[in-house]
Amino acid sequence: GSESPIQFGQINPNIASNFINTLHQDLVLSFPPGFPPSCSPSVPLPFTMSHGTTTLAFIFQGGVIAAADTRSSCNGLVACPASQKILPVHSHLVGTTSGTSADCALWKRILARELRLYQLRHGRRLSTAGAAKLLAHMLHPFKGTELCVAATLCGWDGGERPSLYYVCSDGTRLQGELFSVGSGSPYAYSVLDGGVRWGLTVEEATSLARQAVYRATHRDAYSGNCVDVYHITSKGWARRDREDAEFKSQHP
Amino acid sequence: MTCSIFLQNKYVMYQDKMFKLSDKILLLCVGEAGDTVQFAEYIQKNIQLYKMRNGYELSPTAAANFTRKNLADYLRSRTPYHVNLLLAGFDETDGPGLYFMDYLSALAKAPFAAHGYGAYLTLSILDRYYRPDLTRDEAVELLKKCIEELNKRLIINLPSFSVRLIDKDGIHDLEKLVPVGAK
Repeated sequence: GSESPIQFGQINPNIASNFINTLHQDLVLSFPPGFPPSCSPSVPLPFTMSHGTTTLAFIFQGGVIAAADTRSSCNGLVACPASQKILPVHSHLVGTTSGTSADCALWKRILARELRLYQLRHGRRLSTAGAAKLLAHMLHPFKGTELCVAATLCGWDGGERPSLYYVCSDGTRLQGELFSVGSGSPYAYSVLDGGVRWGLTVEEATSLARQAVYRATHRDAYSGNCVDVYHITSKGWARRDREDAEFKSQHP
Repeated sequence: MTCSIFLQNKYVMYQDKMFKLSDKILLLCVGEAGDTVQFAEYIQKNIQLYKMRNGYELSPTAAANFTRKNLADYLRSRTPYHVNLLLAGFDETDGPGLYFMDYLSALAKAPFAAHGYGAYLTLSILDRYYRPDLTRDEAVELLKKCIEELNKRLIINLPSFSVRLIDKDGIHDLEKLVPVGAK
């Protein structure tokens, strides 16, 4: 209903809000109710979680390219060799996920829900910057807990221009033209930094993205299996065929 | 001035660390990732809300004390903000003012200030050459001296600094300072 999306998951919001309101008599502050929230007591993890991924995204003349590997690892075990790390949020926004898979999947769904509600209430889509801000504010109360989400939101705003934001569960929100996230990110960065230009064609950009993920999967134990590539333009997102990283490298 | 470099998991991203609180007040905020932007934007929006509700802006002194009070309140809560701040502003009656705040919510008005490891290197330069009656060009030269020293001695490479000036006419963006070459 009318509950603020930022409150999702908080417990005992009323205790915090009463305390704060009594302190500030002269300068009345405006809080969303339940801020700062009391953190829920930490639940012990069922097993050690590992955060292995290579995801990347960059802007060029043809829109935004997002690429990721498909390996979900759990300590030394490959829990799933065919997972989806790039999740569409709506027709013109796609998010790459890194960190704990379950957290990323959940928060992407919450973000999709809140963006849809915004669209229904206000009659227009929220910009990528706004979506990134919403996600950052929703994640901030969980800072200091085990929640681990590092996402890049790749979108096309209002039919005008591509947009790329990095949002992390420690509260970071950054705008940029090139991001790589995950344990394999340094390997991907070094390939991308040498090749990304504004003037790339769509084919060149896709190929570069695949190369970068492949190089990272080669060096990083926690990245591997296949490569997903998404391309976002003014018409929305389009998913490229999932290709095996090894196959692509040997048959460029 | 603040260096516009931001370290994210050991890799470099660029971010503006100065937040405009009002037409003549700037807040420079550094510290833990996430906390900086969250706290600074929270202060920024509340300062603007005060202006909307009351019809006039908070003075730099009032804004600094308000910021400090918030920092102090959160310090002993479950969610302290680990941020170091410099608040710079120009008051119609009092003139320019600089306020130094740290994450333990200490507040001090100072003629010049610095946070971080760079402070160890630059404060003595500022001690040596600062005078209250510096001209604008002399002040920029003093900044350049500080940046040259950082370029020479600081282990972290800081390639670019954004510079802003606040006077009776408001906030002005000055030319970005880029230290050149290794010494």
